[in-house]
Amino acid sequence: MRLDKTEISLGLVALACVLFGFVSPGWLIFLLTIALAKALVVQGVVMQMRSGLVSFGQGLFYCIGGYTVGMGGQFFGIHDAIAALSLGMFVAIVVAMLLGLLLTRYREIFFAMLSLAFSMILFGILVKSQELGSTDGFNVHDWTLFGWAPEAGAGSQHTVFTMTVVSGLIVAVLIHRYTKAGIGVICEAVRENEVRVEYLGLSPRWLLYGNYVAAAAVSALGGGLTALATGHVDPEMAYWTTSGEFVFIALLGGLGHVAAPFIAAIVFSFVRTYAIEFVPHTWQMILGFTLLAVIIFLPKGLWSLVSREKTGERA
Amino acid sequence: MKNNKSKFSKYLVSGVAALALAAGAAGSASAAENGKFRVGIVTFLSGPAAGPFGVPSANAAKVLVEELNKGNLPAPYDKIGINGAEIEAVIIDEAGGATKQVEEYRNLVQRQKVDAVIGYVSSGDCLAIAPVAEELKTFTIAYDCGTPRLFADNPDAQYMFRTGLDASVDNIGAVRYLAATRPDVTRLAGIQQNYSWGQDSWADFTAAASALLPEAEVVEEQFPKIYQGQYGAEISALSVKRPEIVHSSFWGGDMEALVLQANARGLLEDATGLLTCGEASFATYKDQAPNGMIIGARGPFGQFAPDNELNTWFEGVYQNAYDLEPVYPATKMAQAILGLKYAAENAGVADKEIPSAEQLAAAMKGATFESVSGTVEMARGNGHQAMQGITYGEYHYEDGVASIKNAVSFDGECVTPPEGVAAADWIADGFPGAKCN
Repeated sequence: MRLDKTEISLGLVALACVLFGFVSPGWLIFLLTIALAKALVVQGVVMQMRSGLVSFGQGLFYCIGGYTVGMGGQFFGIHDAIAALSLGMFVAIVVAMLLGLLLTRYREIFFAMLSLAFSMILFGILVKSQELGSTDGFNVHDWTLFGWAPEAGAGSQHTVFTMTVVSGLIVAVLIHRYTKAGIGVICEAVRENEVRVEYLGLSPRWLLYGNYVAAAAVSALGGGLTALATGHVDPEMAYWTTSGEFVFIALLGGLGHVAAPFIAAIVFSFVRTYAIEFVPHTWQMILGFTLLAVIIFLPKGLWSLVSREKTGERA
Repeated sequence: MKNNKSKFSKYLVSGVAALALAAGAAGSASAAENGKFRVGIVTFLSGPAAGPFGVPSANAAKVLVEELNKGNLPAPYDKIGINGAEIEAVIIDEAGGATKQVEEYRNLVQRQKVDAVIGYVSSGDCLAIAPVAEELKTFTIAYDCGTPRLFADNPDAQYMFRTGLDASVDNIGAVRYLAATRPDVTRLAGIQQNYSWGQDSWADFTAAASALLPEAEVVEEQFPKIYQGQYGAEISALSVKRPEIVHSSFWGGDMEALVLQANARGLLEDATGLLTCGEASFATYKDQAPNGMIIGARGPFGQFAPDNELNTWFEGVYQNAYDLEPVYPATKMAQAILGLKYAAENAGVADKEIPSAEQLAAAMKGATFESVSGTVEMARGNGHQAMQGITYGEYHYEDGVASIKNAVSFDGECVTPPEGVAAADWIADGFPGAKCN
C-alpha cells in the first residue's frame, strides 16, 4: 500500500495527538475526544455535501451509534467497545439502507427536511420509551477492550481518546482515498450537473445511496465514541439542534480537505467552551458571530485559509 | 503540487503545536491557588428553563455569595465566605444537553479548579454528571433536579449530594393534600409534558391516588409535547370529561400558558387545578389564575418557606437586590449554598483553610443543617439525599395582592419512601412506615 503525503501527515498528526494525550490535562483530552468524535459525524455530513446534499438529520445515525453502544452494554451484555461500536455501525448501515431508498429520490431542501424528519422520529420514539429513561437517557459504563477493562477515570479517558484518534485516522484515510478516486470525483460532478452524469452512463441515485449509507456508518461510529467518552446517552443526540451543530461545523471547516472537519470541530469546541467561560449569558451569540464571520470572509470555510495560500488565489 | 502538500503538513503540525501551547497556557492561567473558595454554579442562563428556574437561581447565588463574603448572614452562617475564605463563584450555562454538560463539568473541575460544584435543573444532566463527579472526586450538590434515579442508579455515590427533594415527594405530597382537604374527590385528570418529568410525575400521582383516594378514578390524561404552548385541544378533551381535579407537572412558560388558556376556557372554574411546580410563577399569575388553584413548590421553598430568621433575611436581601420575592428555585439554590457552607465549616479544618472533597463529603453525609427552608436532614440515599416535608396550598388573589390560603404541610417521613425503597414499591405497598402528623 502506497501512502501519499496527506496520508503520511495525517498519520503523523494522529501519532502526535496520541502522544499529546499523555501530557495534557483531563479536560483537554475530553474536549478533544468529543470534538474528534463529532468530527466523524461531520465527515458524514461533508461526504453528502460534496455530492450536493445537505443532511439536517445526521443526528439520527449519531444517536443510533450512541444508543446501540449504551443498550448493548445495558441490555445485551455486549461490553466490548469494539464489538459495540461495530454493532452501532451495523445497525446504522441497515437503517440507512432502508431510508436511503426513499431519501435518495429527493434533492436540496426536500432531502434536508426528510432527513431531519427521520431524525426527529427517532427522537420522538426515544422520548416515549420510559424503559430507556425517556428524555433523561441512561449511563454507559463498564465497557472493556478485548477483555481488558481500563481503570475508571484517566485510564478509560485515554483509551477512548486513543480509540477516537485511531478511528479518525482510519476514516480520514479512507475518505481521502474515496474523494481522490474516480467515484469520489463523480460525487462532485453529481453536485454540478446530475443529468450529465447520467449521460455518462452512471446512476447518480445509486452513487448517492452508497454515499448516504457510508456516511451513516461513519456518523454512528462518532456517536458510539461520544457515548463511551461521555458515559451517558440521551435522546438529545437525535434532536434537530444536534444535527444543526454538525452542519454548522461542516460549514465552518469547508469541503476543501478531509482534515477540515477535524480542525473545524476542534475550533468549534474551543470557541464554545471559552465563550461559556467568559460570557456565560451570551455564548450563543459568540458562536453565531463566528459562523457569520466565516461565511462572510471565508465562504469556503476555515480550510480556505490553507488552500488560498497554496494556490495563490483568493478562495 | 508536491510543494503544496508539504506546506499543508507543516500547517497541521504547527496547528497541533499551537493547540498544545494554548492548552498549556490556559491550564496554568486559571489554576486558582489564591486562597479563595471557588464554587462552580451551573444553571440555565438560556432557553425555556432560564426564565422560571435558571435566572432566579443564578440571582440567588449572586446575592448570597456577595452577602456571605461580607459576613452579613444571621447565625450560624455569620462567618465570612465559606469557612473564612472568600467565595468566588463561576457561573455557567446549563443549556445544550448532557454531553456538553459533562464537558463543561470537566472544564470547571480540571481547568477552572473549582473546589465544589452546585447546580443542575435538568434530570438528564444530573444523571450524566453523577458518575463524572465520582470519577473526578469532586464535591457536587444537585440543587434542583428531581429524578428518583439519581441515587438509585448510583448507590455508591460518595461525592454527589442533593439538597432538593425528588419528584415522587411532590406527587405523594399532592395526593396527601387532596386526601386531607378534599377526601371526596372522585374524578381526576392530568395534563403533563411528554418527557421523563411529566411521565414520572403522572405515574407517581396516579399510583398514590389509587392508594389514598380509593374512590377516585382517572378520567382523562393528556401528554402534549414540551414547549407546545397551545393547549386548546387538550383543554377541550379534559373539559368534556368533567374532572374535579386537574393535576399538572407543567413548569415555566408552558405552565403559565396552560393556566391562562384553561382559565379562559372555564376548565379551572369547574375543576380545581393542582400544579406541582405552580409556585415558580406565583409573582406573575396576578388575576389570570383562579382563586383556589392548588400550587406546590417542590418542598418547603419559595412562598412555602417557613418564617425563620434565615429565610426572613434571605427574602429581604433578594427583594432588595431584584425587587422580587424569591421563588422556589431561588430558595433551593440558597439551600444548596448553605449546605456547602455547613459542610465546609464542619469538616474539621482550620480557619480559612479549604477542605478537601473527601472532608466535605464526610461532613455532609447524613448531616442536619439549618437552611432558609427550615431544618434539612440528609437522611436518604445513604446520607446523600435531603429529606424535608412538603407544603401545598391554594392560590388567592384579592385587591392586587397574591397570597396562599389553606396551606397544609406534611412531614418528610410522611411523603418520603424509607431508605432503600423505591417510591413506586412504597406506594404500591400502601406507604408502610409513613409517619404523618
